[in-house]
Amino acid sequence: MFKCSKDALSGILAKIAENASLYVPADNKDGKAVYTKWEDGIELSNQLNTVKSPKDFFFPQLEDIMAFKVEGKNIELTDIRVAQEDFVVFGVRACDAKAFEVLDNVFLVDPVDSYYAERRAHGVIITVACGKPSETCFCQTFGIDAANPGGDISVWKTENEVFWQSNTEKGANLIAKLGLEECGEDAVNAEKEKINAVLAKLPLAHLKSDAFGGGKTLELFNRPEWKTLSESCLGCGTCTFVCPTCQCYDVKDFNTGNGIVRFRCWDSCMYSDFTKCAHGNPRLSQVERFRQRFMHKLVYYPENNNGLFGCVGCGRCLAKCPISMNIVKVMKTLGGNA
Amino acid sequence: MQKITRDVLVEKAVSLLENGTVGSVLGWRKGEFDYVITPAVFTDKADIEANFVWNDFCGANFSKYLVKKTINAEGKILAFLKPCDTYSFNQLLTEHRFDREKVYAVGVPCEGMVDIDKIKEIAGDGISKIECGDKIEVSTIYSDEVVKIDAKDVLEGRCLSCKSKKHVAYDELLGEEGEVLESNRFDEVAKLEAMTPDERFAFWQNELSKCIRCNACRDICPACTCETCVFNNPNSGVENKAAANSFEEKMFHIIRAFHVAGRCTDCGECSRVCPQNIPLHLLNRKFIKDMDNFYGEYQAGAEVGSRAPLVNYTTDDIEPSEVFEGGKE
Repeated sequence: MFKCSKDALSGILAKIAENASLYVPADNKDGKAVYTKWEDGIELSNQLNTVKSPKDFFFPQLEDIMAFKVEGKNIELTDIRVAQEDFVVFGVRACDAKAFEVLDNVFLVDPVDSYYAERRAHGVIITVACGKPSETCFCQTFGIDAANPGGDISVWKTENEVFWQSNTEKGANLIAKLGLEECGEDAVNAEKEKINAVLAKLPLAHLKSDAFGGGKTLELFNRPEWKTLSESCLGCGTCTFVCPTCQCYDVKDFNTGNGIVRFRCWDSCMYSDFTKCAHGNPRLSQVERFRQRFMHKLVYYPENNNGLFGCVGCGRCLAKCPISMNIVKVMKTLGGNA
Repeated sequence: MQKITRDVLVEKAVSLLENGTVGSVLGWRKGEFDYVITPAVFTDKADIEANFVWNDFCGANFSKYLVKKTINAEGKILAFLKPCDTYSFNQLLTEHRFDREKVYAVGVPCEGMVDIDKIKEIAGDGISKIECGDKIEVSTIYSDEVVKIDAKDVLEGRCLSCKSKKHVAYDELLGEEGEVLESNRFDEVAKLEAMTPDERFAFWQNELSKCIRCNACRDICPACTCETCVFNNPNSGVENKAAANSFEEKMFHIIRAFHVAGRCTDCGECSRVCPQNIPLHLLNRKFIKDMDNFYGEYQAGAEVGSRAPLVNYTTDDIEPSEVFEGGKE
C-alpha cells in the first residue's frame, strides 16, 4: 500500500501523463462527467458515473478494421491500424472495471480479437473506490465490492490522503515510478468500512440475482411478463450504448470512392435490423428484442462464462432510459423479490 | 390555478373503465424510483389504484403511443394529455396516423414538469425518497435533512419556455383551461442567429460530436412515425448505424430536422431524452422561427387538418432567392 496527500495528486497525475496518455473523468460544460485527456489544470469530476462507460477505450463505438480495393480478380488488402500507444485511465469505478472482465471473456477467447487485445495490452486501469454511490447503484447484486475495486491499481480517497495499491504487474511497474510513500492499511480499511456502511443503505442493496443465471432459459423465456415489461420500449439504443458490458457490433463496408473501408460499430439488440441475415430477422417484435437483451445479460452470458453475470450494476441504464424501463425492474418482476 | 391531483385522474380512469366508455388507459406507471415513470397501458382497476402516477415528473408525451396502441385495442383508449401533448395529438391526426374514434382524450392542466438533474444539483445524489406536494420534498441516504424545493426552481428547460397552457384537443377537460402563452422560446434561437457562421458551425460541431446515435431523439419524436426510417433501411443507400465522420453525424440530425419541419410541434421530447444533453430542439425551433418569418405564423398541431407552409403552395409565397437572403425586407 502506498499513499500521497490529496494536494499532491495533481502532481502524481502529471507524472503519469509524462509517459502515457492519461484520461480522467472531468465535467464538460453541460456539467456531465466524461473521460477527458488529462492536462495541467484539469479538475477531476466529483460525479459518480461518466455518461458513457470507459468501454470505449478498448472497444470504441466506431473503428476501421481494414481497407481493400478490388481490381479485376485481385483484391488488395491494407492493414490500416495505427500503432497503439500506451495509455492510462484513472478514476474507473469498481463496476466498470468488472465490466472489462465481461468484455475479456468475449474478445480474448479463441479466436482472439486482436484489435481489442492490442488496446488491453497497452492500457493501465486505475480504479477509485466509490465514496458516494448513487441510488441507481446495484453492483452488490452481482458480487462486486465498490469498496474494493479491481483494475491494475486501486485507489482510495480519504479526506486528506490518496491511497494506492497495485493489483497486477502493470500496476506495480507504474506505481514504482510515481515516488509514493509506502504505508500501512489501517486508513484504507477504515475507509472500506465507511463505504460498506453506505452501500448497505442503498435502495437497491437487497436486489438478488438468485432467480437468474445459467440453466434458467426454459424457466424464464416464455414468462408472460415480458410483454408488459416491453410494452412501452421505444426500441432506441440508449441502454446498450451507455452500458459498460454490451459488446455486440456490426461490421460494414464504406465506399470511399477510392476503395472500401471495412469498419465495425456498436450495434444494439434493440434495433430492428440487429443480426439480420439473408433469411430475415430472427427477432421480429420489440418483445423479442427486449427479452434478448435481458436474457443475454442474466442467463445466456452466465451460462457460457462460469456464472459471471453480463451486468455490473453501474445504473447508467436506470438513469438514461427515456421511458425508465431497466434491468432492475425486469429482475424484480421476473425474480419475485420486489 | 388549482393543481389537479392524482386522485382525480385515478377516479376518472376507473369510472371511464367501469362504465365501458374506454377499454384501456394510457398513463404513467410507477417506476423504480419516485422520480421516474414508465408509460403503460392499464386495463385493471386495482392496477390503476396501486400504480398509476401523476406528479411533477410526468413529462413524457404519450401521443405517439396511440399510433401502435390503437391498432388492436379493444374499445377506446383513454389518453391523458397535457397541453403540449395535445398539439402532437392533433398533428398525428392531421397525418392520419391513428383513428380518432378509438381514443377518449382527457385534458390535464400542467404547471410545468421538473428535471431530476436540477433537483440533484440542489439535494445531492443518493435519493431515497421524493414526495411531490406544494413543495418537492427530497430525502437522500447521505443526510437526515429533508430538502424542500419549489417546483418552479427546477423546471425542465422546455417548460421554462412553455408555448401554451391551452389544450387544443380533448373529449373532456379536467380543471380549468389555460391560455396560449407569449413564450420566450425563440430567444435561444436568436442567440444562435447572432453568432457568426463560424461560431455557429463550431457550436453545432461541438454539440453533435457528442451524439452516440442511440436514436432516442428519433424514436421518442411524435413526428417520426415512419414504419421504417430511411436511416434503418438497408435499401435506402443512406442506412447509417454509425457515422463515418462528423459530417455524417450532422447529416442525421439535420435531415431529421428537415423531415419534421412544419410537423414538429416543439414538444421538446428530443432534448429531454438525449443521454448526451444535446439541445436538439434548437434545430427544429430555428425552422419554426424561419417558417413563421417567411410564411406567416404557423403552429403545427394547433388544429387538425391544417396545411403546413412547406406543403401548401400559395402565389404569395416567398421566392426561394429571398429565403436564401434571409427573408423579405
